[in-house]
Amino acid sequence: MPPQPGSGGAEVLSVERLGKRYGATVAVDGVSFAVGRREIVGLLGPNGAGKTTILNMILGVLEPSSGAIRIEGIDLAARRSRAIAHTNFAAVYAPLPGNLTVWQNLRIFGLIYGVRGLAARIDTLLDQFDLRPFRNVKCGVLSSGEQTRASLAKAMLNRPRLLLLDEPTASLDPATARDIRAKIREFAGQGTGGVLWTSHNMYEVTEVCDRVLFLSRGNILLAGNPKTLPADHGKTTLEELFITVAREPLTLGIQ
Amino acid sequence: MRRARLHRLAAILLRQVYLMRGSPARVLPLFAWVTVDILLWGFITRYLNSVSSPGFDFVPVLLGAVLLWDFFTRVMHGVTTAFLEDVWSRNFLNFFASPLSIAEYLGGLVVTSIATSAVGLGVMLVLATTAFGLSWFAYGAMLVPFLLVLFLFGIALGILGTAVVLRFGPASEWLVWPVPALLSPFVGVFYPLSTLPLWMHYPARLLPPSYVFEGVRSVIAGGTVSVPALLTSGGLALADILLAGWCFARTYRHAVRTGLLARYSAETLS
Repeated sequence: MPPQPGSGGAEVLSVERLGKRYGATVAVDGVSFAVGRREIVGLLGPNGAGKTTILNMILGVLEPSSGAIRIEGIDLAARRSRAIAHTNFAAVYAPLPGNLTVWQNLRIFGLIYGVRGLAARIDTLLDQFDLRPFRNVKCGVLSSGEQTRASLAKAMLNRPRLLLLDEPTASLDPATARDIRAKIREFAGQGTGGVLWTSHNMYEVTEVCDRVLFLSRGNILLAGNPKTLPADHGKTTLEELFITVAREPLTLGIQ
Repeated sequence: MRRARLHRLAAILLRQVYLMRGSPARVLPLFAWVTVDILLWGFITRYLNSVSSPGFDFVPVLLGAVLLWDFFTRVMHGVTTAFLEDVWSRNFLNFFASPLSIAEYLGGLVVTSIATSAVGLGVMLVLATTAFGLSWFAYGAMLVPFLLVLFLFGIALGILGTAVVLRFGPASEWLVWPVPALLSPFVGVFYPLSTLPLWMHYPARLLPPSYVFEGVRSVIAGGTVSVPALLTSGGLALADILLAGWCFARTYRHAVRTGLLARYSAETLS
């Protein structure tokens, strides 16, 4: 499948024939896709499908066995630091260090990402993510929902062109999750960046994503608009389609 | 670009400052163990001076050697402890998925070590001088190159230690802590290298502190320091830093290629 340009103009992420092998095991098998500005792309698939492997390769913490990744047109393999400076991420398995306060963590990561006007930016994010009361609280004693909000504030620090989110609402209550989704949509709507999002919550994916990529055993099996894709394949909901793709892809005429 | 690099170095140092500011358990070891060492060896030298023949002063020989060796140990542990803070708090993914380069990260660890080891050195100098009469004039200007070589070698071993922990996982930190104790018999902290059996001379010649402690004893005895020996120790220490940096970079690349780096945060410690 060739990279698909995003709907919002120039691509912020271009992934071409990306592959990852561990010996004889193929984790990601030559996938190609793109994320455009203003676009929120959902990366879906069962556990072990290769979603986190792809995110890790885009973040530069896992070396691809083949293929190329370009972030804002910059080749990640050739100019890692410059390319990564345009990204940021939040993942449930990478919380901010619990032994520092919210403000201290944001300050440190703000320096690392070279954020200008850092103090004002932190202030804005503390308000935006309702973290003001926890400004001087160590991240380790925050609730999981508060920790997620702190991670998202860190992910927004440098106004990334490419925001990578690995199940960002997994530990949030429905009300907070809705607020977070609104903030992510607002970020994409600003028009400077795009979002690559993984989630197992199909309701959320339908609500938020402009486009989804169904991943299974390291391959992209389906791609399209989450609102119309189920009907295109004779299913009523995205969840039903997900289960079919995960268990019986041949019944959809794909393999 | 240069400004960004300085900011990233500052971020690594600032993280350690924040950690120490809120934690007496982290501040205390900066000077507690070296204080105990100086007190212990201070009293031992005082006792030895009282029972030995007059004219020979154990203070600059033994207490000075302890001070220099503890300084080297603090430098090494300064690097490894700063690195281990990131291991303990599962911070690898946050740091290494950022624009931070390996050189900037290691640079930040070195700057942290300079700050923490300076605290230990300052405490030792004050205590050894005021309580036990250690006079730094006994070493003369040679004290500066002695400290510099030990500092460089401490940095090299600290970086090598971080590479070991990165490669073999968090539990391998226990291989790193005792490294100075394992090296001390070979480098002749308290005795001339001629005391050692012949086979121990070979590793001793490859270790920069061996030349430093031979030089210390020579200066105390009223002799001079061999300039070629001093240059050799400095050259070895610099080579060791390059070698350790190369080892860390290779280990990091291996961790990125095999997925160890991503799993280190996500799974290994959970």
